[in-house]
Amino acid sequence: MSALRILVPVKRVIDYAVKPRVNKAQTAIETAGVKHSMNPFDELSIEESVRIREKKSYAGGVEEIIALSIGPPKSVDVLRTAMAMGADRSIFVEVKDGEEVEPLAVGKIIRRLVEKEKINMVMCGKQSIDDDSGQTGQIVAGLMGWGAATQASKVSFGEGGVSVEKEVDGGTETVRSQLPMVITTDLRLNEPRYASLPNIMKAKKKKIDKITAEELGVSLEKRLKTLKVIEPPPRKGGGKVEDVDGMIAKLKELGAI
Amino acid sequence: MASRSRPALALCRARIYTAPSARPLRPLSQIRWQSTASSEDTEGVAKGTTGTSKTIKFTSETYPEIKRDSKFAEITEDHVKFFKELLGKEAAVIDGVTKDATDDIEPFNGDWMRKYRGHTKLVLKPGSTEEVSNILKYCNDNMLAVVPQGGNTGLVGGSVPVFDEIVINMSRINQIRSFDEVSGTLVVDAGAILEVVDGYLAERGNIFPLDLGAKGSCQIGGNVATNAGGLRLLRYGSLHGSVLGIEAVLPDGTIVDDLSKLRKNNTGYDLKQLFIGAEGTIGIITGVSILCPQRSKAINVAFLGLESYEKVQEAFKAAKGQLSEILSAFELMDNQSQNLVQQVTKNKRPLESAHPFYCLIETSGSNSEHDNEKLQSFLEDVMEKEIVSDGVVAENETQVRNLWGWREGIPESLGHWGGVYKYDLSIPISELYSLVEETREKITKAGLIGDTDEHPVVDVVGYGHMGDSNLHLNVATRRYDKNVEKELEPFVYEWISKRSGSISAEHGLGLAKKAYIGHSRSDTMIALMKQIKKLYDPNGIMNPYKYI
Repeated sequence: MSALRILVPVKRVIDYAVKPRVNKAQTAIETAGVKHSMNPFDELSIEESVRIREKKSYAGGVEEIIALSIGPPKSVDVLRTAMAMGADRSIFVEVKDGEEVEPLAVGKIIRRLVEKEKINMVMCGKQSIDDDSGQTGQIVAGLMGWGAATQASKVSFGEGGVSVEKEVDGGTETVRSQLPMVITTDLRLNEPRYASLPNIMKAKKKKIDKITAEELGVSLEKRLKTLKVIEPPPRKGGGKVEDVDGMIAKLKELGAI
Repeated sequence: MASRSRPALALCRARIYTAPSARPLRPLSQIRWQSTASSEDTEGVAKGTTGTSKTIKFTSETYPEIKRDSKFAEITEDHVKFFKELLGKEAAVIDGVTKDATDDIEPFNGDWMRKYRGHTKLVLKPGSTEEVSNILKYCNDNMLAVVPQGGNTGLVGGSVPVFDEIVINMSRINQIRSFDEVSGTLVVDAGAILEVVDGYLAERGNIFPLDLGAKGSCQIGGNVATNAGGLRLLRYGSLHGSVLGIEAVLPDGTIVDDLSKLRKNNTGYDLKQLFIGAEGTIGIITGVSILCPQRSKAINVAFLGLESYEKVQEAFKAAKGQLSEILSAFELMDNQSQNLVQQVTKNKRPLESAHPFYCLIETSGSNSEHDNEKLQSFLEDVMEKEIVSDGVVAENETQVRNLWGWREGIPESLGHWGGVYKYDLSIPISELYSLVEETREKITKAGLIGDTDEHPVVDVVGYGHMGDSNLHLNVATRRYDKNVEKELEPFVYEWISKRSGSISAEHGLGLAKKAYIGHSRSDTMIALMKQIKKLYDPNGIMNPYKYI
């Protein structure tokens, strides 16, 4: 039984707790000076991979957990976090600041790296919170001809293969697959750990290999053009009234009485 | 009483459910700090309230030695009629005199710690400074005692009546008057809630120079009247420095408009400083102008575990030296306090193993690369020198809030079993924690501490603003018990007095510490303060039985 070699794509996105604002030209979300961090679903992926290793859930063991990021120069921060959480090393495909990479291009890059690094499990977040595409995991599976278990809330290993409980409307659905496979992670899968100081120090010594999309033979050509980005219409707040008189006045104003 | 919980809920902070769902999470537009109330409330605690839903004991019963001053008039229907006509709106007067309004008045009679409760039957909620002036003039002319009240989150019983003092609640005077984006000067009504004001400033790239756990409920007027210290005094200084001007109403109704927006104004005695920290005893603050600094873009939080108080001091020195201008908070928590927070919230601890002491360090700066570098070298240094045994660093905003929750959530968690004896002390930094150890020993020797109900005390904990040499010594109890109080007072105050510390670093005197002021102030000083009180409030109607 061969060991698991897990590839975990991680993305640098605007921090989940920050309110995104549309830029003045209405072409994109404002990112200048805004706090960025790892896509929360990718945190789940790294955490799950590390747990599989720590708990020895898979009989063959985990040989390597490789974090991958495709993005602007600052994406190395996210790779450092991934390694501080337990990834062994990283691969960084750098693109220009502000350049968007579509899921199909990401999928193709992952395919090349899967072949190069002899990966037998790709664990990625179910979607990224900036574009919400939710396609990358499925695209990789399609390109590789692998099974894909998406929106995983539980992953276990046994005689029959890899069992994954998936989140579906109205409950969960359990599927089973053989390796190699793709799993995309969902919120109930685990609670990601904090990056501990000793691990942050260790992570500084871990490798980040840089490679370009060209070297991998993948074109970053875009197939979609964003025409406009606008905020949803503001929620019309309810009004607060101070007392019964105020309420009657407001109801009269609205023509309700 | 089931009916108690509804008005109490009105004062609670919002809860955020952290239960995960299958949908991607989106941030709430006005996130309150993560409630420490556990989502599975197995002990029947009314959600969000501190302590149990038992009735609070009347202050007059707990402290029978305090007697109602007979010089104050009793409230009559005529008085109520006057106020109703003056204030006009039905919402502005809660009248418990001509009818039974006990349930509606309860939240104004009892304090946040559920330790003090008054007997007032009348609550007034003026809507403007003029109305406050008319109210006070009438009360002064008719010898009616009053208690100014803001968010009622004070920790020394200063914001609730002792007997039938009329509560003047400032919640309706809550507008932001103006903000100058260039100078950062904010002018705001006293009844505005701190978190709301800070949210307003955040949208404009500024920050309110005060932050404390009660931010979701406390009001600016109350903050200024108590000279609140908070979590970031280390970085932004005290309100005595950041408040530029005050608008207040004197007991005789005079409106004092010292609402200057000037950073520098050396023209005469700086009387506004009297109101800052006066706890409503010489007038009611109705407006504040305050200098608000730039909000830092780069915030980092590290949560560290240390083996001894000596190491904590070393870590503090190292932080000051290596983080210096970006250091914005240095908070200390002992293991006992973290255990109690965990018992109440059932959250997972940030660090795997237990350590006797924990420190939360926050840095705020304008350049994240620069700050990260400084923080990384500081952390490497303290780890290498084994000053720090373990620690974690927040990697995103959500983790920042969760880590802060382990510090800000302590007061609320402590009250969970029924009561807390709180001591807020300034102590020379080298001896800061010794008081906690000695107090714990004393309580243990008296046999008052234990896991069963017969023991009143749950634990003795210490935490606080290490950066300001300010310890919060808290004794979490299942009930307020005279036996426990005897062990603590005057022991704690005498301990402090011996070391020339302060018996109330930031919480103020209120009712709780009025009797002990002599431990930190000389007779001369106290006499001078009494002169000021007599000058501004000759009839003594402002917040009697407290302060001085």
